[in-house]
Amino acid sequence: MIRFTLWRFGQTVIVIAIMSFVIYGLIGLMPGDPIDMMISADPKMTSADAERLRALYGLDKPIYERYLNWAQAALAGDLGYSRLYAQPVLDVMWPALGNTLILLGLTVFFSILIGLPLGMAAALRPYRKLDYTINFLAFAGISTPSFWLALMIIILFSVQLGILPASATVVSSDAGLWEHARAMVLPVLTLTIHGIAVYARHMRSSMIETLRRDYIRTARAKGSSERRVVLKHALRNALIPVVTIVGLEFGHLFSGALVTETIFAYPGMGKLIFDSIMGNDFNMALVALLFATFMTLLGNLLADLGYGWLDPRISYQGKR
Amino acid sequence: MTARADTATVPATTAEGMLGLAWKRFRHHKIALVSAVVLIVLATASAAAPLIELALGTDANLVNLYLRFAGPSLAHPLGTDELGRDVLVRLLYGGRVSLLVGLTAALASAVLGTMIGLLAGYYGGRLDAFLMRTTDAVIALPLLALLIVLAAIDLRKLGLSEAMIDSENISLYRIIVIVALTGWTTVARLVRGRALTVRERDYVLAAHSQGAGGLRIMLVHILPNVVSPIIVAATLSIGNVILLESVLSFFGLGIQPPIASWGNLLTNAQELIWQAPALVIYPGLMIFMTVISFNFLGDGLQDALDPQAMDRAD
Repeated sequence: MIRFTLWRFGQTVIVIAIMSFVIYGLIGLMPGDPIDMMISADPKMTSADAERLRALYGLDKPIYERYLNWAQAALAGDLGYSRLYAQPVLDVMWPALGNTLILLGLTVFFSILIGLPLGMAAALRPYRKLDYTINFLAFAGISTPSFWLALMIIILFSVQLGILPASATVVSSDAGLWEHARAMVLPVLTLTIHGIAVYARHMRSSMIETLRRDYIRTARAKGSSERRVVLKHALRNALIPVVTIVGLEFGHLFSGALVTETIFAYPGMGKLIFDSIMGNDFNMALVALLFATFMTLLGNLLADLGYGWLDPRISYQGKR
Repeated sequence: MTARADTATVPATTAEGMLGLAWKRFRHHKIALVSAVVLIVLATASAAAPLIELALGTDANLVNLYLRFAGPSLAHPLGTDELGRDVLVRLLYGGRVSLLVGLTAALASAVLGTMIGLLAGYYGGRLDAFLMRTTDAVIALPLLALLIVLAAIDLRKLGLSEAMIDSENISLYRIIVIVALTGWTTVARLVRGRALTVRERDYVLAAHSQGAGGLRIMLVHILPNVVSPIIVAATLSIGNVILLESVLSFFGLGIQPPIASWGNLLTNAQELIWQAPALVIYPGLMIFMTVISFNFLGDGLQDALDPQAMDRAD
């Protein structure tokens, strides 16, 4: 188990290292560079000045050399300044990260709370009315574009009914708890509708599969109540693939957060990434993207470890 | 789940017999049938957009500021938008682009995924380990954030010629490439799983001993065995591709105006929700209908083509 954890952790570190290089390269391919921006800000600058500045910041060096310089500084804790927010990158990122974790935490909580029982209910009587209804709704949930769902929710709750705010900027201010909570409702709702659909679908198919196993038949044959069969024998086994899915869904979840945060102006990591890419804030975009990658990989890692906790039969000694 | 599909053997029947059986099973999936009809209607209407434009006597790009936000009428069945353009015709033109991008990008990802899966499954060993760890990593990435970076890349820095970059269709090609680069993972995993078991079969050994090379074995002996799951996965991915295209276009990073797509029809929507909510509703409904139809169609195809993977108890 410890060996497996270390191996998986090492793997995550390698992926992060590779991704940092890939993202660094991609950001370098975005239009313009920092010197272009200085030129546009200062009309008196000559092309000789620009060359000198390029050399000064090392922008005339080949990409791998620049990357190594950046990585060295980053490992020493110097991640640079954000152009857009005029603050050190990390000072901008920590609050955004906190906000996103709250948003996603609530989303996952409500999605599991509602999605898993729905999936179970569908699986207990498959191919009946209730199952068809839940299945159809789940398909509808995964087929709805998240940005459009957000707009529909705004139209309904903010424009038509006028009961909830369409913007969540208040979250970064020091308004009261009540205002915060009100601002959170619509973003969480948007993400949760999708989450419920995803979890319900996976729970349904996993549960149907589990209920067909021999040990379930045995449990029924020896006279266990249906309730005991489902909750005691089937649930834990059916949850195993679902946990993997939850882990693999972190990337999707974050994509959803990016859309939702941008539309509701919720000050989280997703909006930060979007704004910094759009605003040519290279340092900020680089660090925020890397951190988002790190978060999703960490989610995967935790799901993999949770797998072993749920199912002690899975041995991590074998080859991976 | 995969283990079960791997060990089951495909019954040896003739091609017609297999297709007939598949059709029989598909027919029972009522929603999939309905979805197929919906998709055919949508695709036909989109393809016929110029004809419908002609029949209505309007022009999709005709700006008429005296007729902004007009309600439904005979001349404009769904009304007009913020510039007085016909909503229905623009929706159909958007459908052409969204469907085209969806199909092409899904096909491209399926081809890429099949190649990677075949290589990993057939050669195994280190190549397999490397390719599969790469797949795991790609699956785990926060995809949309990276797609936004990819969409923001300055193509001049990649050394593409000015003529190509200035061409009107560049945003189309760009989005297809971007989606294909990230969308191949599901197919790669499926194909690799099947290839791993198929390569141990006797007929592969027989082909090998007759001197068939790796390429021939992969294409002639392994590929036909993995076609069903590829078709299912590709169909299911079309919906995802359309969703990705629409969200990127919505943010102004995908298909660029003047080409209309369902996503970029919604770009201005957020400012319009107060005055013309209908304009926001239609394009989204089109996306929703298309995506859910492809998902149901994929579900039906799975039951029909790949019954081992079916979760049906009876």
